[in-house]
Amino acid sequence: MREIDARLITETVATLAVEANCFLPADIKSRIEKARSEEKWETAQGILDKIIENYGIAARDNMPICQDTGVCCVFLKIGQDVHIVGDLTEAVNAGVKKGYGEGYLRKSVVGDPLKRVNTGDNSPAMLYTEIVPGDKLEITVAPKGFGSENMSQLKMLKPSDGIEGVKAFVLKTVDEAGPNPCPPIVVGIGIGGTFDKAAYLAKKALMRSAEERNSDEFYAELENELLERINALGIGPQGFGGRTTALAVNIETMPTHIAGLPVAVNINCHVTRHKSAVL
Amino acid sequence: MERKINLPITREMAREIKSGESCLLSGVIYTARDAAHKRLVELLEKGEKLPFDIENATIYYVGPTPAKPDQVIGSAGPTTSYRMDAYSPALIAAGETGMIGKGKRGSAVVEAMKKHGAVYFAAIGGAGALLSSCIKSAEVVCYEDLGAEAVRRLVVENLPVVAVIDSEGNNLYENGRRAYLESEKN
Repeated sequence: MREIDARLITETVATLAVEANCFLPADIKSRIEKARSEEKWETAQGILDKIIENYGIAARDNMPICQDTGVCCVFLKIGQDVHIVGDLTEAVNAGVKKGYGEGYLRKSVVGDPLKRVNTGDNSPAMLYTEIVPGDKLEITVAPKGFGSENMSQLKMLKPSDGIEGVKAFVLKTVDEAGPNPCPPIVVGIGIGGTFDKAAYLAKKALMRSAEERNSDEFYAELENELLERINALGIGPQGFGGRTTALAVNIETMPTHIAGLPVAVNINCHVTRHKSAVL
Repeated sequence: MERKINLPITREMAREIKSGESCLLSGVIYTARDAAHKRLVELLEKGEKLPFDIENATIYYVGPTPAKPDQVIGSAGPTTSYRMDAYSPALIAAGETGMIGKGKRGSAVVEAMKKHGAVYFAAIGGAGALLSSCIKSAEVVCYEDLGAEAVRRLVVENLPVVAVIDSEGNNLYENGRRAYLESEKN
């Protein structure tokens, strides 16, 4: 049994929240720059140039890439041989408060979905925990903007809808979203499980590198096909037309019931942020 | 090839700006998001005076990050506009001539724009650091309790925006996409 002080978790979450918001991950930068070199539509080229300039300014001046510094999604992979000394949930939330306060990040969380009073410190985090073998604790902080979150959809398809039904639903979701989620987007797709697990898988899919395909060749091909078809929709950067509508399509799956085919599409913007640390 | 616009935008100027034009805005704009729009429209419904002059005003849908001690304002890119659709027609009728956001607008907003003369601009969503550099001063006008959602008076210089929907209802989201897809066929 290895002990980890909850205070170390607080410090780590705080640091990751600030860094994730100011420094775009290498995989997303690489996808944007590749898209720019392949984009032939002039308006789209201009937008992509400004997007590249923007994350350069953010990194140089240590300021948030986007003003929507998000609801703070925190993924924990907790080794089963780890004992956390202190309150885990409190430690994560304290990290969010510290990071968003000291890092001059926007406080975008209301304490109740209908009464809608801002909590003032961006807490609480959206906490996702997974118990894994080992004695390490992996923390991933992923600030999630809501312009793209609002364009996400979930549908309980029938097994007979099959792969074509999945493709049609994904394309419909991206088409309906149009310019709203700040394209070029990253599309996270969860297939299988239950109603809630499909949504979780879609969010988890957004944590995978945009340059890494599904390890199952069948799904890797589906990712490639969907990316191609999304980029043939013509929406383009910011919705002004062009090829670059999506930077990547990431699919995660799990077993499901004989009667069902849940599909969730979680859309993320071109500021797809996440940063991890292992304690 | 950008059109330089000195604010405020009059009804007549609004009718001259065409969908698809890249513009650089300089002058005074006001910020407001969902919660502030709700309060502004409630005042209009009660027949009360708004906390700033809405005549020929341009409203930017933005909730910036907090300014560091050496900054005018933090990151300040646009938020998605359709959430303001319920309120925009009343504000346009009251005098608003410019809106800056990103994403689609509903038909009631477009009808109000056509009727009164107003233009809907998009700034680049997710380019908050870049757009911040065009903001030269920022002061809270009202609704400080809303934090990032408070109404601020901004002085901007060459703020880069694109006219998406003009006062005739032409829409770049539709026309730009169509033009691109046409070009792919050739």
